[in-house]
This record gives sequence, structure tokens and C-alpha cells, in this order.
Amino acid sequence: MATRFLRRGLTFLRTEVFVLPSRIIVLVFALGLLLLPLFTDDAYILRILIMTSLLAIFAASWDFLAGYSGQVNFGHALFFGGAAYTSALINVHIGLPPLLSIPLGALFAGVLGALVGLLCLRLRGPYLSLVTLALPIILVSLFFAVPDLTGGELGIRRVARITNDRVINYYIAVVLMLVVCSILWKIGDSKFGLILHALREDQVALRAAGINTTRYKVMAFAISAVAAGLAGAVYGHFLRSVGPATLDVQLSFQAVIFGVVGGMVSIVGPVAAVFVLYPLTEYLADFETFRAFRLLIFAVIVLLVLLFMPRGFVPWIRDRLETVCRRCKNRNVAARTTCRVCATVLR
Amino acid sequence: MLQDIILTGLINSGVYALLAVGFSLIFGVARIVNITHTAFYMVAAYFVYVLGHLWGVPSWLAIVSAVIAVVILGLISYRLVIEPVREHETAVLIGTIALAAIFQELMIIIFGGHYLSIPSLIDGYAQLAGVRITNQQLLTLAIVVLTLVGVWLLLAKTRLGLAIRTTAEDREVANLMGMNVRHVALWTIGISVGLAAIGGVVVAPLFVVDPLMWLDPLITVLAIVVLGGLGSLKGSVLGALTIGYVETATVFLLPAGSFLKSAVALSIMVLVLVVRPEGLFGVVFEEER
Repeated sequence: MATRFLRRGLTFLRTEVFVLPSRIIVLVFALGLLLLPLFTDDAYILRILIMTSLLAIFAASWDFLAGYSGQVNFGHALFFGGAAYTSALINVHIGLPPLLSIPLGALFAGVLGALVGLLCLRLRGPYLSLVTLALPIILVSLFFAVPDLTGGELGIRRVARITNDRVINYYIAVVLMLVVCSILWKIGDSKFGLILHALREDQVALRAAGINTTRYKVMAFAISAVAAGLAGAVYGHFLRSVGPATLDVQLSFQAVIFGVVGGMVSIVGPVAAVFVLYPLTEYLADFETFRAFRLLIFAVIVLLVLLFMPRGFVPWIRDRLETVCRRCKNRNVAARTTCRVCATVLR
Repeated sequence: MLQDIILTGLINSGVYALLAVGFSLIFGVARIVNITHTAFYMVAAYFVYVLGHLWGVPSWLAIVSAVIAVVILGLISYRLVIEPVREHETAVLIGTIALAAIFQELMIIIFGGHYLSIPSLIDGYAQLAGVRITNQQLLTLAIVVLTLVGVWLLLAKTRLGLAIRTTAEDREVANLMGMNVRHVALWTIGISVGLAAIGGVVVAPLFVVDPLMWLDPLITVLAIVVLGGLGSLKGSVLGALTIGYVETATVFLLPAGSFLKSAVALSIMVLVLVVRPEGLFGVVFEEER
């Protein structure tokens, strides 16, 4: 039994994963993240990677909504911060442990997502972006108006940690990132994802085909919000405090920036962008000379990537490594002369 | 109290109208959601600070050269950053966000993050219906009204204005009628950035100048433009008056009003959009459904 599973797994690896460099890179990346604590348990490195993983979930969930279904949300921090605040409030005021408050926070984000989806049903293009941009700002001002509950500008302090062991914390963040991103990618690849693609391209045609666009739009909002909410809730419990920064415009913009720089409609793109750019800027911030220039360097990198690879850097690199077969649309290593699936001669 | 609200609201609305009209123009003609717009307003305020306050250039010269310098800066950034990625809508958007971040960081590096204040360009005050109004505020109001009338004349009476309105209406037909759409876009960007710069130089002595001063008006301007309808100038001015007065009234009348002012303004925008998804006077794009 066990050997059969092993053999099937190996066959899968040989025929589906090792044939394409991009898939090998993803596999090596995931294994590398999982095996990293064997080599180092340096608090600084683990901390940066935890933050990077949570930000990666956030960026990937934005891509799921904005990339796949075309609802370019400019206030994605609403779900991140909404869940972070909810989870922290439940934890501090009601006293539920993090393992209960985090799912509740994510659930609340999902409800919030469905509500925003309903609110934005009739809005298109820039109108949708600008209305969603406004929502977290409204929430922040409401929070500021009731400082007794939310702590005002200081936020909620003394939120309970999930665990005090930093390696376990690391595994929680990394495994959550890998699982959530795989799920989002899998949904995007399914029939549901196909409908989201159609939603982005032509809503009228989709409605003419007899599909309830309202339901799919609201579901896309809710799924994306739950994912972003999970990241936000874990973030609050990891940092032990939740402040208005979790609802900031800059955080919303970061999701957009990571999504576009990495390459939209891929889930992999935003994750790669976060894992390249976030540790890089954090690393640079450690040097005295670079500290003041951190955001400037970040913005300049973003601009350069956009000018030379307007579709994002992941699709750019992928196009260098692989070619698409003209006949069967499968991907091949760029070095191959014939397609690995249908044996058509590639140029 | 009432007079205070009317006066402060008028000045706020005027500045908002300047910014919103420029933002709306760029969107109408070039279909760019220009996040950098209020960053130009911030840069213009810094120019006035350097020229007028540090170097002691006469005020009128400082104002004029600040506006011209910012317009040139805007055109250069458009050519270098936005034009190469025009076909990629999201790339344009991120480009403008990154540009705004670059301007903000440059100002922080050069001037530091603290608040700077600029003395009034003219001193003295007048008494109006029992409210003290400084001459600086009167000057601001005059500049705002003159600029808005100027823009209206330009758009309504000149050939360039006709070209701009036509391009905003329908890019392809404008092109077919022999208009150089690219040049029209460049002119529009120049005018729009110029309006933002004028807004920046007139508020510099009224408010404090700091590297983050572009964020608050950005949100308000977005609310105004969306409320009035993207691409509609009439809508922008009416939206500016609405939001400007709502904000001012919230600050004066409600407890904790300064926290709630953007919440109230933005909630009004959201409510209007739920009822009318294309804003009050928005253009409905048939082909961009």
C-alpha cells in the first residue's frame, strides 16, 4: 500500500513537476521554507519570514479578488484589519484563546467581504476601486471615535500569543501560507475560477449564458476576505497588538503593488513578489545608510519592474524559461524542440 | 458659528474643487486614475517654502515659478513613467502610486518629516459679517475662483478646450477628426498638474507643509470626483462644494468631529454611489461596460 502511494507520488513528480522549471522552483521554495528551521532558529530571520508569509497570504488573497474576478479592490486592508481587530477584541475582552478567536476573526472578515461585495455589485472599474478604498478609512475613523473599546490610535495591547515557541510560530505562519495559497490557486484553477475569469472579461456575456453573476461576485469577495482575514488575525496575535496600521491605506496599496509587480492572475506572482521585496527592504533597513531610503528604494524598484516587465516579473521570468506549445497550449522547457505532450515541433 | 462654517467651508471647497477638476480632467481625457495628483500639490507647497521662505524670492515670483516647475515635473514623470506602460491599466495605477511614494520619500529625505509653516504672503485681515477673515484667505479664494473661471473659459471657448472635451467624449472619433490625441493628453496633463500646483501654493501659507500632506486631500478628492462622476467637471465642482461643506460642518458641529470628518464625507460618497453607480453627473461608457 505504502509503496504504491510512493510510486504514484514519484511518477507524479517525474511527469508533472520535474518537466517544468517553474514547478521545480515552486517545489524547492516550499521545501526550503519547511526545512529552514533545521539550519537556523535565529529569531530575526524567523520573524521576518513570518511577516513575509502573512503578507504573502494577504497579497495572494488580493490577487484572487482583483486578478481573477477583476474587482480591483483598493481597500483590501479592510479585511486584514477587520479580522485583526475582531480577533484581538474577542481575545482581550471575552478571553477566548487565539485558536478560537482567529477563525472567528476570519469569519467576520468573510461576512464583511460578502457585505462589501453586495454594496459594490453595481460599481465598475475605477468607481469600485475608489469606494473600496474609502471603506477601511471609514472604519478607522469609527474606531477612533470609540477609543475605550479599540484603544484609539494606540490600538489594542496585550493580545495573547498563539504560542511562545518561535519555531512553532514560524511553522504556523508558513504552513498557513502554503495551504491558503494552494487552496486559492486550486479554486482559481477550477470551474469556479473559470467563471471568475469570465466575470472579469465580460459580465453581460456571462449573464447571457445563464450564470448568476451576483452570487459569484459576492462569493469571490467572501473567499478573498476570509483568506486576508486569516492573515490579519494571525498577524495580530503574533505581534501581540493591533493598531490602526492594519487598516492603513498604505497596507491596501501594498497588496496592489505586490500583486502587480509579481504578476496578476497567478497567485504565485504576488507571493513571489512579497518574498523578494519584503525581506529585501527589511534587510536594507538594517544598514544605517539605507534606512532613510527604504521606501524610496522600494518605489524605484517597483517603477523599474513596471517599465521593463509591465505584466509583472513572474510571467516575465516564466516566458524566458518556458514556451507554450502552439497546438495543445501546454508549457514546455524553452530548450525543448518538440512539445512534451503532443510532440508538435516547437520553434 | 454659522458664518465660520460658511467661510471655512467655502475655502476648503475651493481648494478641493481645484484638485478635483484637475483629477477629473486627466481621468476624462487619458483614463488615468492619477494617485500622484495630490503629491504634485505637496511638491508645489514645498517649492513655495524653498523659494519664498528660504531663498527670499518675492511671493508672486515664488508662486509662479513653483507652478511652472511642478508642471514641468509632471510632464517629465508622465513621459518617463506613465506613457511607456499606457496599455497596461493596472501598471499605470501602480506607477502613479510609486511616483507619489517617491515624491513623499524625497521630501522626507530633503526636508525631514516634521511640519513646516510658511508665513502668509500678505498680512492683515478684514471683518466680514462678524467673522475675521485674513487677507491670505481672501487671496486664496480669489485665486481659486479666477483659476476655475479660467479653466472653464479654456475648455468652453478655445480650440484646445474643444479638443480636450472631444477626446474625453470619444478618443477614437477625436483621432479620426484629425486631433493629435497624444498632444491633447499631454496638454491635459499639463493643465491638470498646474491646477494641483496652484492648489498647493495657495494652501501652503494656510495649512502646515509636511511630506504626508498629500494623503488626506487625496482621499477627499477621490470621494469628490467619484461623487460628482468621473470625467465630469460640473460634477467635480458640485462634489467639492458638498464634501467641503459636509467636512467643515462635521468638524464644527459634532463632538470628535475631526476624527469623523472623512468618515462622514466618504459615507455620503458610498451612499450616492449605491443609488447612482456612475456618480451624480458621471459619463456612462457604453464600450467599457
